[in-house]
Amino acid sequence: MSGLSDNVFNIKEIRLQFPILTQKVNGKSLVYFDNAATSQKPSSVIDAISSYYEKENANIHRGVHSLSQNATNAYEQARKTISTYLNAESESEIIFTKGTTDSINLVASSFGSMLNEGDEVVISAMEHHSNIVPWQLLEARKNIKLRVIPILKSGELDMSSIDTIFNSKTKLVSIAHISNTLGIINPIKEIISKAHHFGAKVLIDGAQSVQHLPVNLKDLDCDFYAFSGHKVFGPTGIGILYGKKEILNAMPPYQGGGDMIKRVSFEKTTFNEIPFKFEAGTPNIIGGIGLGKAIEFLETLNIEEVQKHEEELLLYAQNKLNEIDGMTIFGNSHQKTSVISFNVGSIHPFDIGTLLDKQGIAVRTGHHCTQPLMEFFNIPGTVRISFSMYNTKEEIDLCISSLKKSIQILQ
Amino acid sequence: MMSFKEKQNAIIEDFDLFEDWMGKYEYIIELGKEIDLIPEKEKKEEQLIHGCQSRVWLMSRFRDNKMYFYADSDAIITKGIIALLIKVMNGESPETVVKEDLFFIQEIGLQEHLSPTRANGLLEMVKKMKLEALKNI
Repeated sequence: MSGLSDNVFNIKEIRLQFPILTQKVNGKSLVYFDNAATSQKPSSVIDAISSYYEKENANIHRGVHSLSQNATNAYEQARKTISTYLNAESESEIIFTKGTTDSINLVASSFGSMLNEGDEVVISAMEHHSNIVPWQLLEARKNIKLRVIPILKSGELDMSSIDTIFNSKTKLVSIAHISNTLGIINPIKEIISKAHHFGAKVLIDGAQSVQHLPVNLKDLDCDFYAFSGHKVFGPTGIGILYGKKEILNAMPPYQGGGDMIKRVSFEKTTFNEIPFKFEAGTPNIIGGIGLGKAIEFLETLNIEEVQKHEEELLLYAQNKLNEIDGMTIFGNSHQKTSVISFNVGSIHPFDIGTLLDKQGIAVRTGHHCTQPLMEFFNIPGTVRISFSMYNTKEEIDLCISSLKKSIQILQ
Repeated sequence: MMSFKEKQNAIIEDFDLFEDWMGKYEYIIELGKEIDLIPEKEKKEEQLIHGCQSRVWLMSRFRDNKMYFYADSDAIITKGIIALLIKVMNGESPETVVKEDLFFIQEIGLQEHLSPTRANGLLEMVKKMKLEALKNI
């Protein structure tokens, strides 16, 4: 198997940790190339979930009994694990949310409430709908101005436009670390430093990042960072919003309820400290614990080696795809993660996706929640294949031969 | 002239001939090529069926108390799937189109396309056909 000899990174051992990879789909061995949508889960995460419900289940934070205290410890330990892995200043800067979308909405709602008419929020033309619509809603609520950094034909950000877009009215820049559709890695360090020059805060949508490359929050110096548990080998329905302590402290609560208060009276209610101020109600306890386990799983690996393996997959697949007649790959940059969006001639991406599925290859087709980006390229959608650490060159070969067979039928 | 049920049974028999899904889809694609297309100049925004990943247009004509459907799509599998529906629905009374059960979808294994969020919007196509028929009752 070609994937075996990749490098010290042991693909065989990695694959053994993901039980779903032995599944059959439509009678064929599953080739899972839809990792940008969601990742598969290692046994350590799956076992933690069932063991929690078998042995530890209790509500957290206020119970005096042992079960509740154990559950609280496990949940808070997860927060600590995540905080350490991402190199945050302290775990109080790590807020559990439902996912990236929820994290961005939290900032749009809470930080957004402190903005005034005429203030500007900057996003980019390649953003996921979840980093567009919350700002449009804020625009309607607060009469702020939403500005968009354009992209070049390659799919890369037009960095030359930034100097004319950023100004003293810019209060927040909210931008994807990595494009979910194109896989392009944006120069966020440069963007963060330029935005800070104007006193603007920066929110990084990291939904496509933590699973692929090292993220060092102190080094990045971003003000907010959002990502989802389910894309980083953790459970669904859990995500993280990181925020710098002083900014989170200045922000009003997002939702009201239990856990987020210090004291409630009809005269005056006082709020709990961060991160709890932003975590109203019984949280997704097992989600948090499971995400902690997923990050522990990442800690057992060398993320640079993961990155190297995925880069090899990317280059291998791009070369093979480019040999196919009529192939157009959208998003061309030297800074890319293992996401490839493409179309073949005038064949509709839905047709290719349907036939690949019947051959056991799971890909995604459509606009990938980036309709403005599809408009930019003037296409109805793309076929998107996205790799994770457990994918192999052998699977790419299978995908390419299935793709060729599909094209033959569809032409 | 086959009945509504007989037409569906004929499709089920046709699909039984194929051993694997690729064969079935090749057949679906062929059916899409036989479809009565909507003339380009008659294509209107309101004929578009929402909820499909591909664009699907559907229009109907009502003649001699019978329904006739015309459609188009930019995805050829979608076009084939709607061609199957048209094969069954064409020439039926509006009452039949609205009320009768489309059991062939389940039988030939296309039910996976029936969930409301499924990208090709088969459910939306059926709904639109029934709504068109309802206008003539």
